[in-house]
Amino acid sequence: MEVCGPSSVSLREFGCEQMLLSRPDGSASFVQGDTSVLAAVYGPAEVKVSKEIYDRATLEVLVQPKVGLPGVRERSQEQSVRETCEGSLLLSLHPRSSLTLVLQVLHDDGSLLSCYLNAACMALMDSGLAMSCLFCGVTCAIDADGQIITDPTAAQEKDCRALMTFAIDSKDRKVMMSSTKGSFSVHELQQCIAVSQKAAESIFLFYRDSVRRRYSKNT
Amino acid sequence: MKDTPLANCERDFLLKAIEEKKRLDGRQTYDYRKMKITFGTDYGCCFVDLGKTRVMAQVSCELVTPQENRPNEGIMFFNIELSPMAAPEFEQGRQSELSVKLNRQLERCLRNSKCIDTESLCVVSGAKVWKVRVDVHMLNHDGNLMDAASIAAISALSHFRRPDVSIEGEEVTIYSPDERDPIPLSIYHMPISVSFSFFQQGTYLLVDPCEREERVMDGLLMIAMNKHREICSIQSSGGIMLLKEQVMRCSKIASVKVSEITELIQKALENDKRARKAGGRCGFAESLPQERITALKMDETPVEMTDVTDRANEIVQKAEVPPQTVPVPGVGQVGQGLQNTWGLEEEEEGEETDDSEEDDKEDTVSKMEVEKSGVDVVEISDSEEEEVVILHQEKPDKAPKHTGSSSHQKGAATSKKRQTK
Repeated sequence: MEVCGPSSVSLREFGCEQMLLSRPDGSASFVQGDTSVLAAVYGPAEVKVSKEIYDRATLEVLVQPKVGLPGVRERSQEQSVRETCEGSLLLSLHPRSSLTLVLQVLHDDGSLLSCYLNAACMALMDSGLAMSCLFCGVTCAIDADGQIITDPTAAQEKDCRALMTFAIDSKDRKVMMSSTKGSFSVHELQQCIAVSQKAAESIFLFYRDSVRRRYSKNT
Repeated sequence: MKDTPLANCERDFLLKAIEEKKRLDGRQTYDYRKMKITFGTDYGCCFVDLGKTRVMAQVSCELVTPQENRPNEGIMFFNIELSPMAAPEFEQGRQSELSVKLNRQLERCLRNSKCIDTESLCVVSGAKVWKVRVDVHMLNHDGNLMDAASIAAISALSHFRRPDVSIEGEEVTIYSPDERDPIPLSIYHMPISVSFSFFQQGTYLLVDPCEREERVMDGLLMIAMNKHREICSIQSSGGIMLLKEQVMRCSKIASVKVSEITELIQKALENDKRARKAGGRCGFAESLPQERITALKMDETPVEMTDVTDRANEIVQKAEVPPQTVPVPGVGQVGQGLQNTWGLEEEEEGEETDDSEEDDKEDTVSKMEVEKSGVDVVEISDSEEEEVVILHQEKPDKAPKHTGSSSHQKGAATSKKRQTK
């Protein structure tokens, strides 16, 4: 099915704060519209013998929902985030160590997985772990009319025909991870990827601005 | 993760300082740290900052059948989560001693004190009642989790609104928040817990211990009180022996502190009510501090989409259709499994799938360059040195199928050689 020409597509306003928690080695909160996520990183630290890998660090991602205990959905989100992080962190610098990334939902108003990815990247940056590239998450939804919506709210997500989240890397704007739900054509998929790559530009600019602002005071 | 042990010199330093009536952060003996209470976007979400200790509480409700011995009363459920975010020694899913202690204390403080009117939560007696669930998440552990948790829980309960319900004979209608305004819970009083830590066998006492002070303390006394000077619960742990006068003194201090904290909660609730009435956006997003150097906000940005359709068309056209016959939907093929590859062991070595490019397969599925039969050199791995040469083309007619099935893995390897546009 052909997607009709997208008219105006935008990302909601986003905000981020780094270094908000005193105990974790790195922490950041990322806000997209009303969706907000808090991420914390501990590492490199001691790892359980059963989980240790002889030549790399063991990355563990924990997603904590607001109400109730983590279930299957949280496990699959953990896997998506973990695969993205493993693709960008230099794990071989810390063999037989553990890196723990904890993500806490503060409010969910759509585009949750991409908010997890963005918060995770900012927290990893804050913790000072070596990464080969940065990554960001972009969510696209295709609504019933075939329009592409980026960064959908919860209401838009409910009415859409397909929902896709891509993790885009900062070096070549390639897709590191994709998680899709719903039915769509090959053409629509490629369009959404192209849109996400464009949207990733502004997110990476935002990362750069936040970090520049943070280190602007040379003490 | 194991916790870093406390050094002996640090312990001695802390104890010596306490003997000289000095605290690490310069507070007086009875001083609380700076407390900040904010509310989230939806009703029932509350963040409490007590110094560096951060706690979040969320209240939710659902309709359930009541307990048999109490058919007219709603159900309250409390859950304190020691998130691994708060401290490295907290582990996901493990019921540690501290977690059990905090959960019990919160239950005694809020449930046994009957601060919430559970009978008002009844919808249909014996059949449907509201179950109100309070989840408290610890975000950062810098001491005195219990106080922060109790303040967060009671503030969130006061902030929460449940859906409105109407009963007409046998029919029960629950209105969504858009149809009818949700109604608050009926709360009789606000029990708040105050923690006292004791050092040197009860000689010295500190209110609101921070994490270092908690590590060196001998025992802890938690008093839950409300502003009407009624004690809701007392718990003493650590095995210290306290004199009657000490406990009386602590309860007097607690009553002063509780009235101050209750005032703070009321002020925060009023501010939030005013902000919501004014129609402004409220929540964590709004409370992001702007003036801090570690925070940044960006407004809504449009995404440039001019050549998106062209790029997509280009990619789709460039892609080659995979040669394998795809069965028509509704047709099953039995007995047409994958080619047995046990005989050809060289093919199975070096079939690496890069994690980072694994999902690049979505791009490359349509443009896999499948090397058909008649090929002598099969490139499986990325290294140029490894060239697997098949000397005996044993099953030439089945070779396409074989390469077709393993191209699933080869796709990742070939994608690296694919010319990127």
